[in-house]
Amino acid sequence: MRRAYFKFSWIAAALLAPQLLIIFVFFYWPSAQALYWAFTLEQPWGGGNTWVGFENFRKVLSDPYYWSSVRVSVVYALATTVLAMSMALTLAIFVDRQLAGYKAYRVAIIWPYAVAAPAVGLAFQFVFNPGAGIFSYINTIAPGWWDLSKYPWQAVTAIVVAGAWKQVAYSFVFFLAALQSIPRSLTEAAAMDGARPLRRMIDLQLPLLTPTFFFLLVINITDSFTDSFGIVDTLTGGGPFRATDLMVYKIYADGFRGFDYSGAAAQSIILMLLVMALTFVQFRYVERRVHYT
Amino acid sequence: MTQKLATVALVLAATAGSASAEKTKFEYWYGLTGDLGAVVAETCNRFNASQDQYEAVCVGQDGYEKAVQNTIAAFRAGKHPTILQAFDAGTADLMLSGEFYPVSKLMADTGVNIDWADYFPGIANYYSSKSGEFFSMPWNSSTPVYYFNKDQFAKAGITEAPITWEGLEAAFVKLKDSGQACGLAYAPSSWIDLEQFSMANNVPVASNNNGYDGLDTKLLFNTTLHVKHMENIQRWLTDGYALLRTQAAGKTSRDSFVEGECSVFFSSIADHNTINKLKPSFAWDVQIIPTYEGVERKNTVVGGASLWVLSGKTDAEYKAAASYLAFLATKPEQQFLLENSGYIPVTKSTYEALKAEGFYAKAPYINRDIAMKSLTWSEPTPLTRGIRLGGMIQIRAEWQAEVEAALAGQKTMKEALDTAVARGDEQLARFAQTYAGKSFP
Repeated sequence: MRRAYFKFSWIAAALLAPQLLIIFVFFYWPSAQALYWAFTLEQPWGGGNTWVGFENFRKVLSDPYYWSSVRVSVVYALATTVLAMSMALTLAIFVDRQLAGYKAYRVAIIWPYAVAAPAVGLAFQFVFNPGAGIFSYINTIAPGWWDLSKYPWQAVTAIVVAGAWKQVAYSFVFFLAALQSIPRSLTEAAAMDGARPLRRMIDLQLPLLTPTFFFLLVINITDSFTDSFGIVDTLTGGGPFRATDLMVYKIYADGFRGFDYSGAAAQSIILMLLVMALTFVQFRYVERRVHYT
Repeated sequence: MTQKLATVALVLAATAGSASAEKTKFEYWYGLTGDLGAVVAETCNRFNASQDQYEAVCVGQDGYEKAVQNTIAAFRAGKHPTILQAFDAGTADLMLSGEFYPVSKLMADTGVNIDWADYFPGIANYYSSKSGEFFSMPWNSSTPVYYFNKDQFAKAGITEAPITWEGLEAAFVKLKDSGQACGLAYAPSSWIDLEQFSMANNVPVASNNNGYDGLDTKLLFNTTLHVKHMENIQRWLTDGYALLRTQAAGKTSRDSFVEGECSVFFSSIADHNTINKLKPSFAWDVQIIPTYEGVERKNTVVGGASLWVLSGKTDAEYKAAASYLAFLATKPEQQFLLENSGYIPVTKSTYEALKAEGFYAKAPYINRDIAMKSLTWSEPTPLTRGIRLGGMIQIRAEWQAEVEAALAGQKTMKEALDTAVARGDEQLARFAQTYAGKSFP
C-alpha cells in the first residue's frame, strides 16, 4: 500500500483545531471524568469525593443482577442486529429490482431512522399494550396470554422488535447503495449465462456486499448497546422485574435517577470496554472473510 | 412622521426596559407537569402581578426526577435556580451536601414573618431538621387514601368503609358474593404499601428511627408487619379478590376503578381532583388507609414536594425568593392550589378557615379533608416523623422489582422482601461511605 506524506503546515493545523477541540470537549474530557469518578464515590451536589480504588467495579461485577443485565444486553444486541439487517437486506433487494412503485417505497423506508428512540418506544406501546394495543386482540382470543408486565420473554421480544424497526432504515440505505454500485454488466452477464435472480443473489450480489455487511454489523451492534435507552424507557421501563434492564438503561437508572454517579461511571467504563472488545473480535475474526474490491 | 413615531417607540421601549430592570428576578424550577404544571406557572403570574419589586421566572422541568437531575447539573456549572421544587425521595443528597438555605433561616434573615407553628406537625416534621428548623417550604402536599365505589359497596351490603385491613378483606368477600368480580385494583407502590403503611401501623421501615439518627442505617421492613401485609395482597390476587392493574399491564388501577371494574383502589389524595374530572358513572368516596387490628393507629406523613432554596445566590435574589414563598403560604394562594388540584392545605389556620367557610362540604371537595384526618391522627412518633434514607429512589426500585417478581410467582414474598432489604442495605452502606463523617442535620 502506498502511503501519503504531508508537510506540517500551520494552515492545516488551524483547520483541524476546531474539530480536535470539539472531540476533546465532548469525548475525551467527559470520558476522563467518568474514568475518574469510577474510582471514587462522588457526591452529586459537589462537595468532594472519596477515592475507593476498584470498589465500584467490584460491587458491580459481584452483583448477579448486573450479569443478567449484561446477558440481556447481548441477547438484545444480537437479536436486533440479525433481525434489522436481514429485513433491511430483503427490502433493499426488492427495491434494487425496481419493482412497481419502488421510488415511493425507498423514501418510506428511510424515514424511520429519523424517528427518535423514545418516539419509537411510544409508537410500539400502542402495538404491544396488552390492554389497548394491537396485541390486545390476542388477549381477546386467549385472555391473559399477552402481558408485558408478567412475561419477561414477551418484554424482551417487544424491545427487540422496536429496536430492530428503528435500525432497519439505516442498514437499508447502505445495502441499497451497495447493491446499486454493483455493475449492471455483471448481473446482466450472469443473467445471460442463465442464472436466475435467486442464484445471482447468492453467487454474485451477496459476496460483493460483504464489506457493507461487515460495516453494518459493527455499527448495528455498537448502536444496539448504546442507543437502546429510549426504547426501554418508554416501552418497558426495565421491567418486568429487571428482565429488560439493559446495561445502558441501568446506567441511567443508577446514575441520573438514583444519583449514584460513581456506580454509573464504573458501569459506563465496563460497557465501553465490552463494546470495544466486541468490535475487536469482529475485526479480528469476521473481517477475514470480507473481500474488498 | 414615521421617524417621530419610531423615536417615541424607542423611548417607550427604553423606559419599559429600565422599569423591568429594576425588578429583582429569580428563577424557580418545578417538576409538576400537565395541568398541575400550569397551576405552578399561574402562581408565578399571580405573584408577579401582585407586586412590582420582584419577578419570578418559573421554568417547568418535565417531572420531579428531571427537575432534581437538571438542577444538579446546573448547580455544578453554577447556573442553578434560586428555588427548586423537589420530591422527598430526591433530597437526601441535598440535605447532606448543605448546599441549600434553610427556609426558616431565610425568612428570619430577610425579615419575613411566617408562623411556623401553624404548619401541621405531620408536614412540618417531614421538612425540618431534628431541632425543628424548616429546611424547605411545604407547598403541594398529599397523603394516601383509598377510593371506593359507593354503589357497589351498598349493593354488597357494606354500610361503612372499613378502616382495618381485616374489615377490608371481609368487604372484598362480600363484594364477590354480591357479584362484583374484582374488589381491589392493585398496583405495587412502595410509597403506599411500604412507607405510609409502616407509618400508620407504627412499624419501622429502617433502623435509627427510619434513618433520622445516623447514616449507619439498616432496612427492617422484611421483619415487620409489612411482610404479612404483602403476603395478604398476594393472597387476594391469587384468590381473585384483587387484580393487578398497572400501566405496563395495560390498564392503571385508577382507570380500572373509574370504569367500575374494581371497587377499591389506593392512591394519593391528589387523585381526588382527577377522578372528579373523569366523572365516573357511579357514586364514590374516599377513606383513610386501613391499619391491622390490634395496632394503635398513627399518623401518615406528607407526600408530594416542597420548595428548596439553593445556596450561591445574591441577597437580593434571596429576598425575592422569600417574598414568593411567603406569598404561596397565604390563605388565598393555598386555596388557589386546592381549588385547582387535589392537594391539601398545609397550615392549620387555612384548614380551619376553609372548613368554617364550608369549603369541604360542597362538591367537588366533599370529604377531601379525610387526608387531614389521616395526617393528624396522632402526634408524630419517632417512627412516624418520616423517612431519611440515602439512595431512597433505588431502594424503592429494588422493592418494586422484587415485589413484582414475587407477584409473578418467581419467588415467595418473604424471599423477595429479604432480597430487597439486602440490596437496599448495600445502597445505604454506599451512601454512608460517600458522606462519611456527616449526619442528617
